[in-house]
Amino acid sequence: MTAAILPLAPAPAPEPMVSVRGITKTYPGGVEALSGIDLDFPRGELTALLGPSGCGKTTLLKIIAGLLPATKGEVLVDGRKVSGPGPERAFVFQDFALLPWATVLRNVAFGLELRGVARSEREAIAERHVAEVGLKGFEKRYPHELSGGMRQRVGLARALAVNAEVLLMDEPFSAVDEQTRRKFQEDLLSLVANQRKTFLFVTHSIEEAVYVASRVVLLSRRPSRVSQVIAPDIARDMAPDRIRRHPAYLDAVESIWQGLKQYVD
Amino acid sequence: MTLFGRRIPMSASLLLWAALWEIVGRAHLTILIPPLTEVFARLAEIVPTEGFAESLALTARAYLLGSTIAIGVGVPLGALMGRVPLLDRLLLPWVNVFVSAPLSALVPVIMALFGFGETTIVLTVVLFAIWIIMLDSRAGTLHVSPSLDEMAKSYGATPLQAFLKIHLWAALPEILAGVRLGLIRAVKGVIIGQLLVSVVGFGHLFEIYSSNFLMQHMWALLLVLFALAFAIDAVFAWLERRFDYFAAARQ
Repeated sequence: MTAAILPLAPAPAPEPMVSVRGITKTYPGGVEALSGIDLDFPRGELTALLGPSGCGKTTLLKIIAGLLPATKGEVLVDGRKVSGPGPERAFVFQDFALLPWATVLRNVAFGLELRGVARSEREAIAERHVAEVGLKGFEKRYPHELSGGMRQRVGLARALAVNAEVLLMDEPFSAVDEQTRRKFQEDLLSLVANQRKTFLFVTHSIEEAVYVASRVVLLSRRPSRVSQVIAPDIARDMAPDRIRRHPAYLDAVESIWQGLKQYVD
Repeated sequence: MTLFGRRIPMSASLLLWAALWEIVGRAHLTILIPPLTEVFARLAEIVPTEGFAESLALTARAYLLGSTIAIGVGVPLGALMGRVPLLDRLLLPWVNVFVSAPLSALVPVIMALFGFGETTIVLTVVLFAIWIIMLDSRAGTLHVSPSLDEMAKSYGATPLQAFLKIHLWAALPEILAGVRLGLIRAVKGVIIGQLLVSVVGFGHLFEIYSSNFLMQHMWALLLVLFALAFAIDAVFAWLERRFDYFAAARQ
């Protein structure tokens, strides 16, 4: 296995940004989605949650977001127990969840609007983030005038605008086409490098997980447990095409596939 | 529609029916149907009169008042029903009963309670308009995309913020449809109110014209009324089309 072996005695490990302790989720009717999940998400890194479809990775992400209550267990953000949404976490939705009646600018500023930030101030902040995700010039457009990829950039800018420490991304690129997705993945890498935020990223694509994440958490089939944590040993400052051809990248993809194969019928 | 290889505009059928009306009128088949041209001549004659303007003002006033109340109460209440299950359980059975009930039969009850004045007419308008507005507003907020809801929650919206900034807006296409239907029912309400309750406004004119067999006047008044109702409908149909894009944009 080429995934890096984590050092046995790490130098004083920085406290993880997010940890989940014994998270169990049982849906009414007795379906057990998650069973005793223990995980740490290191500060400033992107961790991908990967698993067979229907394994509850989105459920776990929504529990961390505070959108769903856990049946058992607790979520710690920056060492503090949380039991609901909070300003230190921002969510990026699979279906973008934009307000169709609001301009790009208002959508990006919406998190700040809810917090009561004055209009001129929040629009100035939003403008910066619209530019950051590459949508400069589209501030006055409406979501239905944008492509799927551009809409998700709006969703991302909205999450960045509230300046949360943790970004929770639920299959953010699954509703956009393949080429847009690749561009997105490349942009996400530089975002992770520049922002120094903690990213949790749910995906069902092995290649995507290995490409964007410094740690990939593999969940087993329902009721889900953590079956493996893989840290692909790839330098992220390489050119995108070099990453995709790097032996460590290809080996990590292959070993994850070997791990997941048993769950696919 | 195409006929003999030519495109015929939809309004052409109106001309056909107008011609038929004129022929029936000229043939003196029945006293109930005077020729259309004479109806129009009478229309031009009575519309500028002071009595007509007064009646129109009275009717319009009751109509606008009643409609405003029906929208102002019906939209928020219906929209809340879609969000608050307890309120929905309490009110939905009544709304469903009233939306299909023969409401004219209730007008005498209102009359007994509120007398023969304008209050009764305004309440009749509200009674006719409000139920469909509530029902459509409820349908609108009931089906707000769950992910917009989660978005509001995750960005820390209070329930009031979520309602005012998301649910009401997301339900706008249904609310507009409800308001359009409600305003049309309100036209029925105001006329029935004015006919049954106190003979004022257009109801008064109808009373005079029909009891004196003034069929030309009667039809002229009906044309005005139909045109007004149609105009209200057309304005709202246009509004609804303007907001169509985001009805389609919702999941």
